[in-house]
Amino acid sequence: MRQVTRRDPAPSRIAYRMQRLLLTPLFWRALLWGLPLALVLGGTGLWLSDADRRQALVEGATELRRQIEERPEFMVQIMAVEGASDPLAAEIREILHLRLPVSSFDLDLQEVRDLVAALDPVAGVRVAVRPGGVLQVDVEERVPAIVQRRSEGLVLLDATGHPVAPLAAREDRADLPLVAGTGASRAVPEALALYAAAEPIAPEMRGLVRVGERRWDVVLSGGRRILLPEAGALRALDQAIALHQAQDLLTRDVDVVDLRNPRRPTLRLGRHGTEQLLQARSDR
Amino acid sequence: MTQFHEAQRAMRAIRRAAIQRGTIAVLDVGTSKVACLILRFDGPERDRMNDGVGPMAGQTSFRVVGAATTRSRGMRLGEIDAAAETERAIRTVVQAAQKMAGIRVDHVIACVSGGRPRSYGLAGSVLVPTDVVSEADVARVLAACDVPDIGDGRETLHAQPVNFALDQRSGLADPRGQIGKKLACDMHLLTVNGDTIRALLHCITRCDLELAGLASSAYVSGLAALVEDEQELGAACIDMGGGATGISVFMKKHMIFADAVRLGGDQVTTDISKGLHVPWATAERVKTFHGGVVATGVDDRELIEVGGGTGDWERDRRTVSRSEVIGIMRPRVEEILEEVRARLDAAGFDHLPTQQIVLTGGGSEIPGLDTLAPRILGQQVRIGRPLRVRGLPERASGAAFASAVGLCLFATHPQDEWWDFEIPADRYPARSLRRAVRWFRDNW
Repeated sequence: MRQVTRRDPAPSRIAYRMQRLLLTPLFWRALLWGLPLALVLGGTGLWLSDADRRQALVEGATELRRQIEERPEFMVQIMAVEGASDPLAAEIREILHLRLPVSSFDLDLQEVRDLVAALDPVAGVRVAVRPGGVLQVDVEERVPAIVQRRSEGLVLLDATGHPVAPLAAREDRADLPLVAGTGASRAVPEALALYAAAEPIAPEMRGLVRVGERRWDVVLSGGRRILLPEAGALRALDQAIALHQAQDLLTRDVDVVDLRNPRRPTLRLGRHGTEQLLQARSDR
Repeated sequence: MTQFHEAQRAMRAIRRAAIQRGTIAVLDVGTSKVACLILRFDGPERDRMNDGVGPMAGQTSFRVVGAATTRSRGMRLGEIDAAAETERAIRTVVQAAQKMAGIRVDHVIACVSGGRPRSYGLAGSVLVPTDVVSEADVARVLAACDVPDIGDGRETLHAQPVNFALDQRSGLADPRGQIGKKLACDMHLLTVNGDTIRALLHCITRCDLELAGLASSAYVSGLAALVEDEQELGAACIDMGGGATGISVFMKKHMIFADAVRLGGDQVTTDISKGLHVPWATAERVKTFHGGVVATGVDDRELIEVGGGTGDWERDRRTVSRSEVIGIMRPRVEEILEEVRARLDAAGFDHLPTQQIVLTGGGSEIPGLDTLAPRILGQQVRIGRPLRVRGLPERASGAAFASAVGLCLFATHPQDEWWDFEIPADRYPARSLRRAVRWFRDNW
């Protein structure tokens, strides 16, 4: 009969201890995660301990980044300015002075936007890089609504009072109303409303003067003035126009129509008018 | 005695800690095989909440996750003969079980089958100072049991209170909280050779394991193989092992007697080896595959090839008939059973109300034993297999694993022993620091 004994060798003491050690959860976890981690970290640290290698690594990374940034897909070839008049477009191109082509990574759209928006004639701007390498600058231009006379010259203002551009001569924009005086630009909406209301006396109108940064004077031809109050200027002007239409107030020799106190309108007559009045009184 | 108390108490603490950690191993170091089961405790017993289902002696709280067996080395008659060899066997089996479980175990519960166990019945009584029996009274009555001279170099393996009597009432399972004046108790004391335990302890320690409990293999086999009724009504469990045959008698769910016959399957193998002039391993194989104890006519015609052992396969070939093998085995098995009968008679087993005897262990798997055993042991004999526990592999569920399975039950639900109670203060050595601490704790 054959000897059939199952081989059942006893483990050596070391093998037995090793198995028990490996079955210890903490040890096993340390071996499974800690050892590879330590090897990788140690190897990396050793490799990076050389300054030349570190520099080469940084350079390589920079180079790679540059290569990606300069791929044609990311390059901005041209700039398109839309919604701006030619001088404004030229000005925008000048202040941006982009050296095209440029990578869209190097392009700070926010900065471009801020630069363009800081220009006086620009009311709003949208900047975007369009597919195809186009830097699209959509400009909304300010519309001049009024001319302000300042000590340094004439300035065009838009409807909100924001300066648009300097003006060389009043005749260039004779169609726009004129304001003057300190702080006139801050009250442009009111001035425009006053101009609109003064439509019936438009031929007489020369302009509006801001007085003491609080109220308006309507300056008419011949140096005549209508002094408007601080509050309710529009109503006072309507009142003066109504007076004019009813009694031809402004065709008479009146230097100043003082409506600053709406309950006590005052007229200052011109020299001729005063004499006529005195004459009439003495005749009576 | 106090020193051994401390050792047992330390083992109990280790067992508790191990169960807290969730893993414990049981180790059955036998003469023919070494078995190791690894138990994992899956937290608190969830089934316990279901109505009508009791704790089931803790059987539901654990699961066997690793099981391994190896042939035994260096064991003789249930005792360690060559410590280095046994250590190797333990290492093999623990490593295999750990590999299967994927868990490292540090604590083992082991059983002892040899060491000439001797069983004593102790009795003691004490007066209850207050009317109600407290735990301290139980401890006092246990301490009052008069310990016989157990002999030099012997150690107590089990000291289990088996019966309490209060005044005239006897048979109390738990006297605590009951009212009476005189508390008496019966205790079953089982002692074995100290050297046997120490050798086993040495081997286990050499394997980097901690001993969390020690039990008699006859006792744990009884736990596994006897059904609950048999334990309650009284029965004897015969664990027919390789080197020793253990006897334990149960009554009212307590072991009341244990003994061991120093005969076992190894002697049967030796007889076959001598009788047929074959090597020991061949004899073992012949015994396992063709053995039996009742010969029939067909056995004469069944020829078993046993090699000559000279290596000359062409010329030297021998065959034996199965009846020859049976003829060799039967007298030895009869001798074992007669020896068991004699031990049971000496213990007064005939006076027990039931004469149920359960045969278990590897030896109980001999074909024909169920017709031979009743002739010697009486009519109420059955072959018992250990009860099923969760996760136990099929190959470890045979009768040979009765003591391993019993150790699982012992690990989860050990019976209260002497050392589970506080030692009465007057038994402490004088001027003990702990006594002072206790005095402070009790009085402040």
